[in-house]
Amino acid sequence: MNPDASTIAAGAPIEVDLSPVAEGQDIKVFWRGKPIYISHRTKKQIDEARGVNVASLPDPETDEARVKSGHEQWLVVIGICTHLGCIPIAHEGNYDGFFCPCHGSQYDSSGRIRQGPAPANLPVPPYTFVSDTKIQIG
Amino acid sequence: MSGPSDFQPSNPALQWLERRLPILGLMHSSFVVYPTPRNLNYWWTFGAILSFMLGMQILTGVILAMHYTPHADLAFKSVELIVRDVNYGWLLRNMHACGASMFFFAVYVHMLRGLYYGSYKEPREVLWILGVIIYLLMMATGFMGYVLPWGQMSFWGATVITNLFSAIPYFGESIVTLLWGGYSVGNPTLNRFFSLHYLLPFLIAGVVVLHVWALHVAGQNNPDGVEPKTEKDTVPFTPHATIKDGFGVACFLLLYAWFIFYMPNYLGDADNYIPANPGVTPPHIVPEWYYLPFYAILRSIPNKLAGVIGMFSAIIVLCFLPWLDAARTRSSKYRPLAKQFFWIFVVVCILLGYLGAQPPEGIYVIAGRVLTVCYFAYFLIVLPLLSRIERPRPVPNSISEAILAKGGKAVASIAVVLVAAGALFLGSLQDARASEGSDKPPGNKWSFSGPFGKFDRGALQRGLKVYKEVCASCHGLSYVAFRNLAEAGGPGYSVAQAAAFASEYKVKDGPNDAGDMFERPGRPADYFPSPFPNEQAARAANGGAAPPDLSLITKARSYGRGFPWFIFDFFTQYQEQGPDYVSAVLQGFDDHVPEGVTIPEGSYYNKYFPGHAIKMPKPLSDGQVTYDDGSPTTVAQYAKDVTTFLMWTAEPHMEARKRLGFQVFVFLILFAGLMYFTKKKVWADSH
Repeated sequence: MNPDASTIAAGAPIEVDLSPVAEGQDIKVFWRGKPIYISHRTKKQIDEARGVNVASLPDPETDEARVKSGHEQWLVVIGICTHLGCIPIAHEGNYDGFFCPCHGSQYDSSGRIRQGPAPANLPVPPYTFVSDTKIQIG
Repeated sequence: MSGPSDFQPSNPALQWLERRLPILGLMHSSFVVYPTPRNLNYWWTFGAILSFMLGMQILTGVILAMHYTPHADLAFKSVELIVRDVNYGWLLRNMHACGASMFFFAVYVHMLRGLYYGSYKEPREVLWILGVIIYLLMMATGFMGYVLPWGQMSFWGATVITNLFSAIPYFGESIVTLLWGGYSVGNPTLNRFFSLHYLLPFLIAGVVVLHVWALHVAGQNNPDGVEPKTEKDTVPFTPHATIKDGFGVACFLLLYAWFIFYMPNYLGDADNYIPANPGVTPPHIVPEWYYLPFYAILRSIPNKLAGVIGMFSAIIVLCFLPWLDAARTRSSKYRPLAKQFFWIFVVVCILLGYLGAQPPEGIYVIAGRVLTVCYFAYFLIVLPLLSRIERPRPVPNSISEAILAKGGKAVASIAVVLVAAGALFLGSLQDARASEGSDKPPGNKWSFSGPFGKFDRGALQRGLKVYKEVCASCHGLSYVAFRNLAEAGGPGYSVAQAAAFASEYKVKDGPNDAGDMFERPGRPADYFPSPFPNEQAARAANGGAAPPDLSLITKARSYGRGFPWFIFDFFTQYQEQGPDYVSAVLQGFDDHVPEGVTIPEGSYYNKYFPGHAIKMPKPLSDGQVTYDDGSPTTVAQYAKDVTTFLMWTAEPHMEARKRLGFQVFVFLILFAGLMYFTKKKVWADSH
């Protein structure tokens, strides 16, 4: 009952061009049937994400560990709430990040859980920068 | 199932069979001469009702499966085609969908009856545990069945429920991948759910056989909780129990038919008339009503794993009930304290169900936690404690003694039920729309409301004109074919008129022999062409908001009626939230934006649209569409006509549904009456 060959083949890596995404904007792409949020973060969002005391977070993780160094402005996360799998809305909630409409979980501008029933941060999918404006997810 | 039968058929052929396979003897001893306690009340007829419902679900389900397509791209449409094109498909679908709710309603009554009268106590522990297994199988079957129509609630319900398993440490993620057959809920998930939804009912049927077997070994419990001692305490199953069960089933059918024919969408969710969309989560994901108490328990516990454990233990705890409650006296009839706590428990369950449907915020969360504690306290603290401290009233020596001592108590309880129902009914007669908030759509008088509602033909024809001249430039009507315009219960056009109407449209066909697509005039069998080739094109042309298809819009939109109106609505058959909302949105545009509301660029203010900012500009203005029949050409009239038309497109067989409903009700009332008098006659000497 595990995924069949065609499903696995369809889950191969994809490339995403980041050049059209302006600062403060984000796009949603689908990979393996999951929505992936790619946010072009503003200076303010990055500072907020780095200014918080990591030890005080429910799922402690530094912002540096969640983005690629040299590309701090890009946040790539799987947009599936770690509570029960709803899709959070970007640019909502009290932390300049994501807000899940189902059970009220709130994530910050690094996709880390800050408030609500979700147990963990939004997962970061495996990705690499192919060039400065292009990433490969998977 | 109760020992060797001395049954001898008189027919030689049956005698031949009986010597080789004593199946007739088995039936005879189990369902004819089988002794049942004389004092059983009507709560005991729910066993027969449940067997009936299981048969009904399997029968309608097998036929539905002949027409259903389990594919993520086709499932939603195939369900709509069942309702629209299959002979009595709407009836089959309503019977199956409402049937699931009625099945659960009956099983809850059955379980609470067992709880109240102590039917789980020695020697019936295995019988009770088999029942809990059936209930678990039912929950799995019901959940997977709800996924099959592949609407928004189906998809997101499946996502939330399958994600529950990800809470399991270590194996969680692998289990979820196995359930999905992919990386998210998708086509493989739908396929395996369909397969399992077809399999599980037969497993249920198998466990039901064990359940009945165990019942016939231990014998039925009864309201007094004393075992039958002499023959005077029992009556033969047939005719006494059969006829009584028959009357019970007939009464239950009245309730069932009320849902099938008059309130088919009352227990469903409007969002499930929107096709599944993995990119958009509905604002409130709510399971079907029969899971709500458990959903409330899940949400009350702030930790994910603990929440999932809490939810499952709420059911598993039932398995241990025979040992948690060690009281000797079975029936709560003779347990003054247990009786009170039982009713508190029932109220707790109903309140948990109510909370499960509310958004998880503020007071609802706190109330949910308190009630969750109450739920578990009943099983883990109250029942074990009561068996030690409670002093039960004396139990009668035998069933026949109990019957002799019985006064007018049954009459009293029936009177209470009647008074409660009457009070609800009287309350419902008051105008349900009197005290609504300002943002709730105002109620309208629709020609199609009520048990005898019919579509106003003139309004349907005018509404079609409004759709064609105004709405059709952006909104599709993809589930409606031109031939439908000539069908009974519709706008009343002739076949020739429908064909002429179709030929005005250009329809894409092909490929031809050269391999090219070409355009040709529409035929009656064609569907209304959509204005945009796909959703992305529709989105791009309309500032990012795709205009929804209107075929089902009056069923896919709704608004919360709130307590207590949703109870009254059941009795008044009010189910026009969708049409009221559509008509209100069409008229709710206002250039004057009230203070405190900000409308983004490219959106318009609408009083009734959720959030007030709608991408659609004001579509209708006075005099825009000319009417040939002299009806006023005002926005109000346009809105009314086009909403009536869209109600018809959402449910083309509504008139047939209500007409057949009336016939079925006349029949069922007569049938139930006859059953009642037959039952009275049969039982005349036994009371």
